Amino acid sequence: MEPIKQHTGLVYPLNRTNVDTDQIIPKQFLKRISRQGFGQYLFYNWRYDEKDNLRSDFSLNSPKYKTASILVGGENFGCGSSREHAPWALEDFGFKVIIAPSFADIFFNNCTKNGILPVVLPETEIQQLIKNAETDTYQLTVDLEANKVTDLTSFEASFHLAEYPRQMLLNGWDEISVTLTHQDKIATFERKHTVY
Amino acid sequence: MTNPKTIIEKIWEKNVVFEEPGKPALLYIDLHLVHEVTSPQAFEGLRMKNRTVRQPKLTFATMDHNVPTVHTNIIKDEVSKLQMDTLKQNCEEFGVPLAGMGHKHQGIVHVIGPELGLTQPGKTIVCGDSHTSTHGAFGALAFGIGTSEVEHVLATQTIWQARPKTLNVKVDGQLGTGVTAKDIILALIAKYGVNFGTGYVIEYTGNAIRKLSMEERMTICNMSIEAGARAGLVSPDQTTVDFLKGRKYAPEGTLFEQAKQEWLELASDQGAEYNHTVTLNASEIAPQVTWGTNPSQCISVNDKIPNPNTAKNAGDQQAIEQALQYMGLEADIPITSVPIEHVFIGSCTNSRLRDLEQAASVINGRKVNENVTAIVVPGSQTVKLQAEEKGLDKVFIEAGFEWREPGCSMCLAMNDDIVPAGERCASTSNRNFEGRQGTNARTHLVSPEMAAAAALAGHFVDVRSFV
Ligand code: SF4
Repeated sequence: MEPIKQHTGLVYPLNRTNVDTDQIIPKQFLKRISRQGFGQYLFYNWRYDEKDNLRSDFSLNSPKYKTASILVGGENFGCGSSREHAPWALEDFGFKVIIAPSFADIFFNNCTKNGILPVVLPETEIQQLIKNAETDTYQLTVDLEANKVTDLTSFEASFHLAEYPRQMLLNGWDEISVTLTHQDKIATFERKHTVY
Repeated sequence: MTNPKTIIEKIWEKNVVFEEPGKPALLYIDLHLVHEVTSPQAFEGLRMKNRTVRQPKLTFATMDHNVPTVHTNIIKDEVSKLQMDTLKQNCEEFGVPLAGMGHKHQGIVHVIGPELGLTQPGKTIVCGDSHTSTHGAFGALAFGIGTSEVEHVLATQTIWQARPKTLNVKVDGQLGTGVTAKDIILALIAKYGVNFGTGYVIEYTGNAIRKLSMEERMTICNMSIEAGARAGLVSPDQTTVDFLKGRKYAPEGTLFEQAKQEWLELASDQGAEYNHTVTLNASEIAPQVTWGTNPSQCISVNDKIPNPNTAKNAGDQQAIEQALQYMGLEADIPITSVPIEHVFIGSCTNSRLRDLEQAASVINGRKVNENVTAIVVPGSQTVKLQAEEKGLDKVFIEAGFEWREPGCSMCLAMNDDIVPAGERCASTSNRNFEGRQGTNARTHLVSPEMAAAAALAGHFVDVRSFV
């Protein structure tokens, strides 16, 4: 996966709590057997009407957010189904960073395995970012080396990401290759471990 | 005596391959369950890097999400068919056992694991599916993973995990007649919200949990993820042991006796400490019905639909308004006055033999309301066969329910079992998210008994007075 050290991009505000992975990518698109091409179906039921036409009343369809690469959302972002198609769709659509007050565990993991940086910030700061991005075109810089989010003027916030996923993202490591360096430990463990 | 430990700590210590301070541990996986939707990209990843499946014997695959529940020999949807064929090819190529279409053990992955005895106390179990928490009912540490992690487990039989925090959910008190395990878990999520379990592994304790059958414990553990917890479990006891005895993949003879001893010793010790504890009194619970678009938006059957103007804060107010609008509901009306058009009895939450028996027991010679389409989808071929041996299929069919082939079906509507836009379904599944059962479909989560009663009445009714 591509390493992510620092990212500057346009912010798309999604002021909703409990955005679930069924919303991020509905099940009718999970039948494909490749990892690519899911971006077109992102938030499908919000972005398209019954006749599969783009809805003008859903904010992500506005030209203003066309090049957005940072999504700011509400608490418990990515709850529900474990489908990794959700981060695949976000990534394919162009999102590199998701900022929210809290994330569902499986979704959070899935992001870090796909080069998407999930950033947790307090609710008050999220509300400020959402307001800024709703009123104007708004850019943020997210710096994973310094654990900081800044805008072009006065906003600055620190965030914390556990060291393991942080290093994975910074270095773009293939996790399986890392684990396979411990093969002998796994083999030793298997020799004394019983599975009925 | 050594420090008292929770079952979660005991399983953890048993399965950690190695651990360095401040880093996640490498945890050994004892059972990896696989289905057609979240595995193709993982097998493809192995192929691209010339890797193999480390322990095919600890891996077991089935087909459930995509499968048709009528005419199972013809799969009309080409894309679905390709996904199922891909799983078959992958299993053949990598030597993974498969209960695919036409196999006598095919069924929903979380139904077949337990019924085949693959699911056992103390095992670490993963699957590319968030409802893997179901297997926790046996005192297993079972959680859902993404496809990258599926690939990782296939290749290494391990996963990197941070030591989980423990949450004790203590349910005491006597459950009333007509009130079920489903109502316990819905009431719990209604009380504490959809993310009180995030970052934790839940252990369900208390005398109300002890009295439950294995099927009922599975219903509760199944929905741990709806509380945000990746895993939820119940310490094993005699009920667990009795359920497993004689199952296809359970140990036999003296090995069973040895396993039984180990299983019972895994139970949390008296005085073990948890990071956090919440409680619920089972005697205060009434049958539950969700009214909104997440499982915490749930009320007792005798309550009225909430009014956004009485919400605690602006965020909640907005969430209630959005949910009412999507659900096409008015505030302040009794939930029992809401008519329904569909009933779905099935899913990994409530499609086991006992669930179907309970639902059938409500029927009492009555017929499905003329405005309602009701389907019953057994969780597995085994459940279907057992139910038919007991004549349940006839009871349902005579009342006007459709009796289908096993699969996930209308729980996520990936096959043809879809609730049409704007229509309303009483469902025994676990998620009432927007669009879950079909684009703009409206889902109300209930117990099997409540679903059967709603099918007969044409609207929600309190099953306790519906005799
Ligand atoms: S029945 Fe529903 S929740 Fe369960 S595994 Fe199938 S789709 Fe998922």
